[in-house]
Amino acid sequence: MTLRGRVWKFGHDINTDIVIPFRFLSRTNDPYEMAKYCMYGIDPDFHNKVQKGDIIVAGRNFGGGSSREQAPVAIKYCGIAAVISEGFARIFYRNGFAIGLPVMEVSNITKEVEHGEEIEVDLDGWSIRIPRTNKSLQAQKVPDFLANLLKTGGLVEYYRKYQQFPWETMKA
Amino acid sequence: MPSPSQILKDETLTFAEKAISLKAVDGKKVRSAGDVAVVNIDLAMAQDSTGPLAIRVLEEMGINKLWDPKKVLLVIDHTYPAADEKVANLHALMRNFAFQHGCVLVEGSISHQQILEEYATPGLMILGADSHTCQAGCVGAFATGVGSTEIAGIWATGQIWLRVPDSVRINLVGKLKKGVFARDIIQHFIGMVGEDGGNYRALEWKGSAVKDLSVTSRACISNSSMECGAKIAVFEPDALTRQYLRTVQRRPNYEIHAGKNAEYTDEFEIELDKLEPLVAAPDNADNVKAIGEVEGTPIDQAFVGSSTNGRLEDLQIAAKILKGRRVNPRMRCIITPASKRIYEQAIDSGLVDIFLGAGAVFTNATCGACVGTHLGVLGENEVCISSSTRNFIGRMGSTSAKIYLASPATVAASAIRGEITDPRKYLR
Repeated sequence: MTLRGRVWKFGHDINTDIVIPFRFLSRTNDPYEMAKYCMYGIDPDFHNKVQKGDIIVAGRNFGGGSSREQAPVAIKYCGIAAVISEGFARIFYRNGFAIGLPVMEVSNITKEVEHGEEIEVDLDGWSIRIPRTNKSLQAQKVPDFLANLLKTGGLVEYYRKYQQFPWETMKA
Repeated sequence: MPSPSQILKDETLTFAEKAISLKAVDGKKVRSAGDVAVVNIDLAMAQDSTGPLAIRVLEEMGINKLWDPKKVLLVIDHTYPAADEKVANLHALMRNFAFQHGCVLVEGSISHQQILEEYATPGLMILGADSHTCQAGCVGAFATGVGSTEIAGIWATGQIWLRVPDSVRINLVGKLKKGVFARDIIQHFIGMVGEDGGNYRALEWKGSAVKDLSVTSRACISNSSMECGAKIAVFEPDALTRQYLRTVQRRPNYEIHAGKNAEYTDEFEIELDKLEPLVAAPDNADNVKAIGEVEGTPIDQAFVGSSTNGRLEDLQIAAKILKGRRVNPRMRCIITPASKRIYEQAIDSGLVDIFLGAGAVFTNATCGACVGTHLGVLGENEVCISSSTRNFIGRMGSTSAKIYLASPATVAASAIRGEITDPRKYLR
């Protein structure tokens, strides 16, 4: 499964307060409403500029701070197809898999990719490709159960399909 | 497979390796750093910003039976009492869910303080849909944060997968000087390792100086360890922990102590005598500066509160500084206790008289100003000095507002002058 999309490039330490301020997320339970505040701390109009299938590329420590799942939810529901960063904060990374937002750690990605260009994200090979330079970059590997969870669409879709959670059948 | 008592005595395992091995569903082998394990959970908490989404997720999955409602804790703390109709509707959703399933519902105490006052016990496996859940490591629990969907999965099954983290040992030695507090220790550490310096890792806080740190001080450090990304931040149980547990009448099943030959990916030593009051300047937790570098910066609001520094000791030190003095008339000083119990203690012990006498505002217990939701939201370009958790862009209100983080003493001293002030000027 390969995603192809246009890049929105951000720097280091894009924390969850920047992605969606608390006073907005704490007043709704609707993912499309949350999406209206995506990246509010940098550009309150971001949700209007994003096209469905766009990809966020960022530096180190993306999604630091709060556990608020509304951060990846806002990103997903405003149309972003994947987030590729040089590193994710722990809870944001888990949340990405849990809600079915592809999250991949790729070293030096911000040096390889330019704002606005198209890149490909390969969810089977767990890698990205940059058509402009024809370069392929391997992402930090994750256990098979997480890669499968993502391809299924996250925990809600997984549970609907199998009537159980991945950890109920894991040998771990 | 070694028995639980053999695991507890194993001298080669870290705290995290022992804690996860003991709670592993499949108890056939000991887990080491990097392994993934499915573990049994003792307590699974969500609050009023993460709970409603978890409830929605369960509905979407069609799950209407919880694994063990008595181990499901719902806390309405972030915007308590409701600041507007939209918040009120989400609070109602939580109440209805709690009543329907018979879960534990708490309103008007910050979840992490509630867990410390009522649940946290050495060896417990506590997961919370809130990043600062790691605070319960202050009494030797394994406590960490997840998001709403995963907490919903725990509510349904009582289990979750965890990766065993690498561990870092931090040795605290020496004695804090007057005017320097636990908040300054953790700010010093975050400034040293950076905002992602503890990411995915377990922090073991150790050393000869730990015995002099109160449970409140340890809670501040465990809580704020999140600001460098830590998965857990633990103080192993000692005489002081045991004394605390006796006063709250809780008895652990076991205490976890890391083995003497356990492996650490990093080791640090912090000499407490050398620390000065520190301030984390806008807009990152690791932008840490000595008080002298930012002294004199004009401020519009001073806030003492939050799960990091809203406990009785924090209020006492603020009161010591504010007693007989006045908050600068150009600014607001807001004081918010972390729990209902602390709220009552502050009233009973006369602290509130001091705050009101100084011209400060004393609010009910809530996360409130810390998350910019009510009771102290910042306007455009306003500057705040705060003992709360984070100084990120837009954290406490306007995205153009600036937040400086410091100990309650530094916040109180700054409130008097209307500018960032060294608390040692008021602590003789």
